[in-house]
Amino acid sequence: MQDVLRDLYQEVILDHGKHPRNLRHPAGANRSARGYNPLCGDQVTVYLEIDDRGRIRDVAFEGKGCAISVASASMMTEVLRGRTEVEARQLFDDFHRLCTETDFTLDQAATEDQEALERLQVLSGVRAFPVRVKCATLAWHAMTSALDGGGSATTE
Amino acid sequence: MATAETLRTPAAGSNSVQAFDVDRVRADFPILKEHVHGKPLVYLDSGASAQKPTAVLDAMDAVYRHGYANVHRGAYYFSQHLTDRYEGVRATIATFLNAASDQEIVFTRSITEAINLVAHSYGNRLAAGDEVIISEMEHHANIVPWQLLRDRVGIDLKVAPIADDGSFRLDAYAALLTPKTRLVAITHTSNVLGTVTPLKEIIRLAHKAGARVLVDGAQSVVHGKVDVRDLDADFYAFTGHKLYGPTAIGALYGKAELLQDMPPFMGGGDMIRSVSFAGTSYADPPHRFEAGTPPIVEAIGLGAAIDYVNGIGQDAIAAHEAGLLAYATERLGQVEGLRIIGTAKEKASIVSFTLDGIHPHDIGTIVDREGVAIRVGHHCAQPLMQRFGLPATARASMGLYNTPQEIDVLAKALIKVQEIFG
Repeated sequence: MQDVLRDLYQEVILDHGKHPRNLRHPAGANRSARGYNPLCGDQVTVYLEIDDRGRIRDVAFEGKGCAISVASASMMTEVLRGRTEVEARQLFDDFHRLCTETDFTLDQAATEDQEALERLQVLSGVRAFPVRVKCATLAWHAMTSALDGGGSATTE
Repeated sequence: MATAETLRTPAAGSNSVQAFDVDRVRADFPILKEHVHGKPLVYLDSGASAQKPTAVLDAMDAVYRHGYANVHRGAYYFSQHLTDRYEGVRATIATFLNAASDQEIVFTRSITEAINLVAHSYGNRLAAGDEVIISEMEHHANIVPWQLLRDRVGIDLKVAPIADDGSFRLDAYAALLTPKTRLVAITHTSNVLGTVTPLKEIIRLAHKAGARVLVDGAQSVVHGKVDVRDLDADFYAFTGHKLYGPTAIGALYGKAELLQDMPPFMGGGDMIRSVSFAGTSYADPPHRFEAGTPPIVEAIGLGAAIDYVNGIGQDAIAAHEAGLLAYATERLGQVEGLRIIGTAKEKASIVSFTLDGIHPHDIGTIVDREGVAIRVGHHCAQPLMQRFGLPATARASMGLYNTPQEIDVLAKALIKVQEIFG
């Protein structure tokens, strides 16, 4: 297999793509938003349960999509739990740079929790496939839209 | 096989099927020598846009280098000469579609523009409660303009259903026709399923009910002969870039008596007879519908593309593509877990498919690394995707330059996709 493809479709991604974590609609969700990629028609709905102290107590998603978008949504739900709104947005900023900037390294990250970014780094293979960056960021766009108060987000 | 009655009509002067030499044809398309990611380009996306032969490239280049001017305006040689050639392409298109007169051919920039033109200039005179019928397998370009018309005048928009194999259901369609039906807007060949609709019968039934018919011919003129008078179509639109011509040029055929009665779509230069601040009178069709400086060089390119296709022969092209379709259907059908979406008896050389457990976008990315260009996504036909309960499909669409060996490359690339996904 070619290296760029191996980078894109790493085992971890294929596993999350086939067996997504937190693929459900949590009963306690108090924020949600739909993400939509008009290019491929993929849709994802992200649910958040924010507690009284402004922390993400639960995060889950529903939807269908390609291996990259499902894996990214699944991994996002794993790294967001317990974070504040500010931390979640910060993590998305760093993750977005990870997916788009070839010279971005983890020591440039604003996020203090390097471990979360290291886990997300497997998705950075999309750098070599510009049209797939939208797949990797779809759920994250929906997540920030949910934080903003809901509605829907598109990758356009 | 593309064998609807109208696609089977022999073209005068066609080469014999035996004379078709795909290697010679491929030599006419410079881009086919290109490599992608180190692999020879396998272009299986002609349904989205076809590649261009040297004849088209040279014809356009020559205009810019040796004879460019605006048309319909100049008293000088270059303008008059290019105006003659530009209007000559109108005649070429009229012959290509077997229109009664070149005055029935309106240049448009796309089928989208052609349909919007009809939706405004013809559609605006419909009244609340009048019915327009489309089908479940329309491209967004033949859905949205009618929804906008519904918003403007309050028409009822009805949708004719299709069968599970992707074929058009004449019985269900016939049941939708009422005395209130004013227009049927229908594809000749589905860009997703490849289905060739029973157009002659669709039109006959519409006329019997007193309705007019607009045909989206995007995927049809490329696969075989279209005869608008034999079909008795009222409007028929096609685009150049899928017919091996340039982008931004296409044509709308309209029956003379209909065009004569229709108000302009866009206002501007070129579409007027005389202008004063008190009032303006409009040119006769087709110029009434051609406001502004047209895509002149693109029109010359389209003329060259039609000449090229005629030179090879539409029958020969149809036979070659029928062979490709049969081969692709069988070869791809052997790939485990591959499901072909659209298996109607009357089909053009378009094969949409899904692979078990693998999203079409992932398929597209991986086969691209093998040099294979296919379309993945919803193909601007989201309602059709919903009809089949699919988010997207992968689609191989074949043109006159494709070969069975290229289908093999695709099939092998699909095996690689499955290997990656284990």
